[in-house]
Amino acid sequence: MLQRRPQMSEVRYIIRDREVIADDWQLAPAIAEGAAAHLPDGKLIVPLNVWLAQTDALTDRKQPVGVWLDSNQDAADIANAVSNFAVVAVNFPKFADGRGYSIATQLRSRYGYEGELRAIGDVLRDQLFYMQRVGFNAFAVRADKDIHDALKALKDFSVTYQGSVDQPLPLFKRRRLPELV
Amino acid sequence: MYKYDQYDQTIVDERVAQFRDQTRRFLAGELTEDEFRPLRLQNGLYIQKHAPMLRVAIPYGLLSTRQLRMLAEIARKYDRGYAHFTTRQNIQYNWPKLEAVPDMLADLASVEMHAIQTSGNCIRNTTSDQFAGIAYDELVDPRPYAELIRQWSTFHPEFAYLPRKFKIAVNGAVEDRAGTLFHDIGVHAVRDAAGEVGFRILVGGGLGRTPILGHVVREYLPREHLFTYLDAILRVYNRFGRRDNMYKARIKILVKELGLNRFTAEVEAEWANLKDGASTLTQAEIDRVAAFFVDPQYAVLPAINAEFENHQLENKAFDRWVSRNVFGHKQAGYAAVTLSLKKTGIAPGDATDAQLDAVADLADRVSFGEVRVSHEQNLILADVRKSDLFAVWQKAKEIGFATPNIGLLTDIIACPGGDFCSLANAKSIPVAEAIQRRFDDLDYLFDIGDIAINISGCMNACGHHHVGHIGILGVDKHGAEFYQVTIGGSQGLNAALGKVIGPSFAQDEMADVVEKLIATYVELRFEDEHFLDTAKRIGIEPFKARVYDRKASHVAAETANV
Repeated sequence: MLQRRPQMSEVRYIIRDREVIADDWQLAPAIAEGAAAHLPDGKLIVPLNVWLAQTDALTDRKQPVGVWLDSNQDAADIANAVSNFAVVAVNFPKFADGRGYSIATQLRSRYGYEGELRAIGDVLRDQLFYMQRVGFNAFAVRADKDIHDALKALKDFSVTYQGSVDQPLPLFKRRRLPELV
Repeated sequence: MYKYDQYDQTIVDERVAQFRDQTRRFLAGELTEDEFRPLRLQNGLYIQKHAPMLRVAIPYGLLSTRQLRMLAEIARKYDRGYAHFTTRQNIQYNWPKLEAVPDMLADLASVEMHAIQTSGNCIRNTTSDQFAGIAYDELVDPRPYAELIRQWSTFHPEFAYLPRKFKIAVNGAVEDRAGTLFHDIGVHAVRDAAGEVGFRILVGGGLGRTPILGHVVREYLPREHLFTYLDAILRVYNRFGRRDNMYKARIKILVKELGLNRFTAEVEAEWANLKDGASTLTQAEIDRVAAFFVDPQYAVLPAINAEFENHQLENKAFDRWVSRNVFGHKQAGYAAVTLSLKKTGIAPGDATDAQLDAVADLADRVSFGEVRVSHEQNLILADVRKSDLFAVWQKAKEIGFATPNIGLLTDIIACPGGDFCSLANAKSIPVAEAIQRRFDDLDYLFDIGDIAINISGCMNACGHHHVGHIGILGVDKHGAEFYQVTIGGSQGLNAALGKVIGPSFAQDEMADVVEKLIATYVELRFEDEHFLDTAKRIGIEPFKARVYDRKASHVAAETANV
């Protein structure tokens, strides 16, 4: 059987700001605790432990840097560093693991992160509406799924009850103002 | 009751469209079984033994007759002409076709109903006291707050993929008829010294595999902080609740593992960031929602109705029904009627389409067009004039809902069990029926008095067996269906968990076992002492001795086999 070899030049697509676009960021894999990561050239999204261990090396590269948090990691660990990142990615190891929704909420609402917030991992169409609400604006939809199909989910609902990152005012503070809905 | 405006209606309509497309994608093979599962579960759709099962929310147990007629219509159109009321103020259809579910949801949406979050690892249907708003012992009407929680929890984006299911119950009366101590969050609507409404917040109660009573995390929460405080609790749970083992994933385990003090400190720290934020409730919103729950147009009536009392004197059967199925009302001249869905030979909580329609007709005539559902799986007409009670009783007899057994031994709470549910270890319905048939003497039932028998077909405890005065739990023993018996459980503010009396029993022994437990009570009770009080006073030993005495040989054999 012919194996398709992954090529560096192969274009990956993500949804960013409601559009499907080619993505030029590389996701650096997680590494063992204490090990030094090889930092290839280009726009890199590194695991939290690499960021914490090699902060100086990463900032010295003079290239945009991103960090990714696993679902069991704490947004507070990058609270004071958010201005360093062009991308913060949150990994969903399984779509049923909902911790990333709280991480995103905290990054946006509490720690004031305003850059690209990207959902990575087991990211499927039917999670996107909720992800968008808690502040994700970029979605690395799982590679075996149709990303254009997934895009439709961002419009699943036109009305929401509770406040969240995308609309901090709950419906009861907007209810009599139809133009804001 | 609450009426949808265009916003509420849009949300349920868009949900129907979303689920219709999800179902289409599943049937087209675009979604795998695993990918579709959480989506269908968050819409109350299970894949059961025989067919899918659709669980529909009846938020805090309130139904208009228009909604009730639609539930009947759905039973006719998509099911086999009946439905099942659950122990959490939901209704279940056991025989729908998967492809038809989107149409069922559309029909429900047309009467302001839905199946949103009736299953799955999310915030479930909010439940409350079936006598809310009319109870003689009510401090605060819990319904506006239950509705506010329903809206806050509906499609809450942060909490749709929790470690496990999450149940909230609200109570506003002196008695706790909502089982708040056995919910992930129990909300007690109370008043402070100045008369201001606020909430006592309990966290971490639950039945299931690890039954635990809820703990108070906040004695008094001013009501405007309801949502931000709930957000704080849910966020702590979403972040730190265990996800490695589904049996240890409920919030009660987190509270237990962290300890109440640390858990509370985490919640308070989280809340400090949310308090007074945009989600803080406004007086205007509380007033808007509360306006849907004002009293109906009660007539000014004398507290005593001579005609009604004459019927009671002259007709023993009516008098018995009144003594069990009629509940005191805050409004003079009115009463609340419980229609019993616990007739011997019918699965507890089951009702046919014709019965539902008949109840709707009756409620239109005598109870302001509203019906309520209790977690004991019965229906309630909440606002009946005492002068109408005799006619209501006669009509209820025709419908088959007049069994005078509310709170008596035959008012058994039971899950659907192994007859329907794929999780069950054992059947529940035949056990309930065998017990009901054994206790067919009404005089004896009245003599036994207040007693709650709860039957669950497995550890998930949908039949709330831990809090039954007599609890029966289906267990699997080498592939055979057996039943473990507990004694002394109870609901309410002095809730307690039952104690296991000993080795389990075969299905055909269960009626004998209950008969012996009851005989023990009848022999040893003080005058007018309820089963539960006797059980508390004498402990489980006398019951055990009686039940296992003649079973000694079986027990020996069983022990030898293990």
